[in-house]
Amino acid sequence: MKDEREGTAAASFDLRQMTDARVRLGRFGAGVPTRAAQSFLLDHARARQAVWSEVNWASLRAALGELKLGIVEVESQAIDRATYVRRPDLGRKLSTEAAKRLAGMRSGADIVIIVADGLSANAIDANAVPLVRAIVERLLARRLSIAPLVLTSQARVALGDPIAETLRAQICIMVIGERPGLSAADSAGVYVTYSPQSGTPDSRRNCISNIRAGGLGIDNAADGVASLVADMLKTGISGVGLKNALETYCREAVADVAGGARLPHRAL
Amino acid sequence: MPYKTTIEGTVFGFADLKDLMAKATPERSGDQLAGIAADGPVERLAAQMALADLPLKTFLAEELIPADTDDVSRLIMDRHDPIAFAIVSSLTVGEFREWLLKPETGQRQLEAVAPGLTPEMVAAVSKIMRLQDLISVASKREVVTTFRSTIGLKGRLSTRNQPNHPTDDSYGIAASAIDGLLMGSGDAVIGVNPATDTVDDYVRIVSLLDDLRSRLSIPTQTCCLGHVTTALKAVMADAPVDLVFQSIAGSQKANEGFGVSLALLKEAHEAVRGLHRGPADANLMYFETGQGAALSAEANFGVDQQTMEVRAYAVAREFSPLLINTVVGFIGPEYLFNGKQIIRAGLEDHFCGKLLGLPMGVDVCYTNHADADQEDMDALLTLLCAANVNFVITVPGSDDVMLNYQSLAHHDAVYCRETLKRPPAPEFERWLVEIGLTDRAGRLLEEVPRLANYMANARLPGA
Repeated sequence: MKDEREGTAAASFDLRQMTDARVRLGRFGAGVPTRAAQSFLLDHARARQAVWSEVNWASLRAALGELKLGIVEVESQAIDRATYVRRPDLGRKLSTEAAKRLAGMRSGADIVIIVADGLSANAIDANAVPLVRAIVERLLARRLSIAPLVLTSQARVALGDPIAETLRAQICIMVIGERPGLSAADSAGVYVTYSPQSGTPDSRRNCISNIRAGGLGIDNAADGVASLVADMLKTGISGVGLKNALETYCREAVADVAGGARLPHRAL
Repeated sequence: MPYKTTIEGTVFGFADLKDLMAKATPERSGDQLAGIAADGPVERLAAQMALADLPLKTFLAEELIPADTDDVSRLIMDRHDPIAFAIVSSLTVGEFREWLLKPETGQRQLEAVAPGLTPEMVAAVSKIMRLQDLISVASKREVVTTFRSTIGLKGRLSTRNQPNHPTDDSYGIAASAIDGLLMGSGDAVIGVNPATDTVDDYVRIVSLLDDLRSRLSIPTQTCCLGHVTTALKAVMADAPVDLVFQSIAGSQKANEGFGVSLALLKEAHEAVRGLHRGPADANLMYFETGQGAALSAEANFGVDQQTMEVRAYAVAREFSPLLINTVVGFIGPEYLFNGKQIIRAGLEDHFCGKLLGLPMGVDVCYTNHADADQEDMDALLTLLCAANVNFVITVPGSDDVMLNYQSLAHHDAVYCRETLKRPPAPEFERWLVEIGLTDRAGRLLEEVPRLANYMANARLPGA
């Protein structure tokens, strides 16, 4: 009977105050107390649901339509979620029809903003509208031209390259659902790439991650994006060359970008 | 050279050895992603039958990745010991499997043959072994390494206590480490994956872990799993570096993708030895690997991901590591799709590592986009204990709040000790009794105020 909720002498100094990790759960033998065990299962269920459910595109279309930028919808070559999860290569390529649809619209704008489901529909449902609105406001204030918004499903980050290339945009801003963690299944990321084209290496992108209620706020994230865009237009560089800017805004980025800490996983 | 086999009048052809190896590999998403997997179960079995008939010697004659252009292939050839190989040199892959399974083949024989085996031979035989085969052979092979604790003794299980924190906060790391120690985890290493990769943070992290270890007199090692170049700078600055860590893979190009070379690893190994923090014969390196790492770096050269993984062990072997673990379910469902694939890969990696003489551990884990859950991890952990795995990784409540994936919980270490009867390293087992965390039978007791109160009195660097 060692459930910490009962309280012991040691609990006078609570490890739980120091980290969000699941410390001091208590135990019964090797078992986690029932409530903590089910709370873990619920978080996992939420994370899986975020991966496997679909963005509410109709509602997104309606809300983003108010920005009066025009909207175009495209899809990758991954035909469904099961294919998307197994075949990241297909999620980085435009479907033939989508490529045709875009080819008719060469915008030549400074910026294209893309909203992609990535690995979390919840992240897009929860954050995309206010985030895109905040980014658009800041870009327009800087007198930059913006192509029609692109909504894209079954998409990986690199799908932005052929989209931006076709639209002849100088900078690609992709808002994408991040791989859900247990603590947050609704975290969005923004990847910004200067002069994107098919085959652009990931090292040429900058990212701002962990955008969600309880994580990085919408306004801070949008400020970060606007600042990256300004730096890129000034220097003509994106990616590792802009590392200082990255470090300011990306302290909480996961190990994908953190050197040798872990083997790379291309979740996005 | 092309290979073929005939099943009931149908001829199955394979272009070369790497095609044969890829098609003989039990189903996994990474080989399908690479476009090198068998079309279906019958073609796979045809490849496995052709592979079973292949003389082991073939692997010395036909290269999968040419040594002219790849230093891992060169290392494998240079280190191959023909005298040790003589024990099995007349066997086919299928006969080698049978030799491994025989009761007469025990620790002595497996130890003797190890320098004669190449990663490709070991990968090949694993492809025609079922889970039970992988477990029963691996369980015969004891690989023991030492520093402050003795890891890998038969019938024991060590743990890496992994107190990660999303911003590397000193108190957050220490609190998580204490949580693990209270559950008896950490005799293999207390090791942090840093969120940042600066020298200052590296030095701060190893300093706070070393302070915790020395003040509580814990017979274990500590490690910050930053990049080897960061570790080298910390060693130069005389920071308390017990172990140098690095992620490694099975080809020169994949290792270049990690920013490492064999020469750099050698330099780091010599540098950390110069600190004299352990006994003269202490093992000082810690490596992580994982199926799919080479493909994700586009450095697999058409070779299947499991063979590439075992080639990484040839790199590890060169530096006599204290610890090496596969991060089996971490790399994602595009490489190992579901619980079944993760479980098999974990047991393959462990078997192959042990056969090559490595102190193999496993991060029993999965990500949220894989079709796997904690019950798959229960199964893999239990099977790995039967296979005599050297160590596993545990985190608070299975939830790594920095790397955003699920590993084992510290609770699972209690399960291994109390249900599966796998005590930790003997030095650590004694420490647990001395400090009052367990009774003499190894059962976890009530709270130990000295440990829980460490935090109240600690003055942590950088906090």
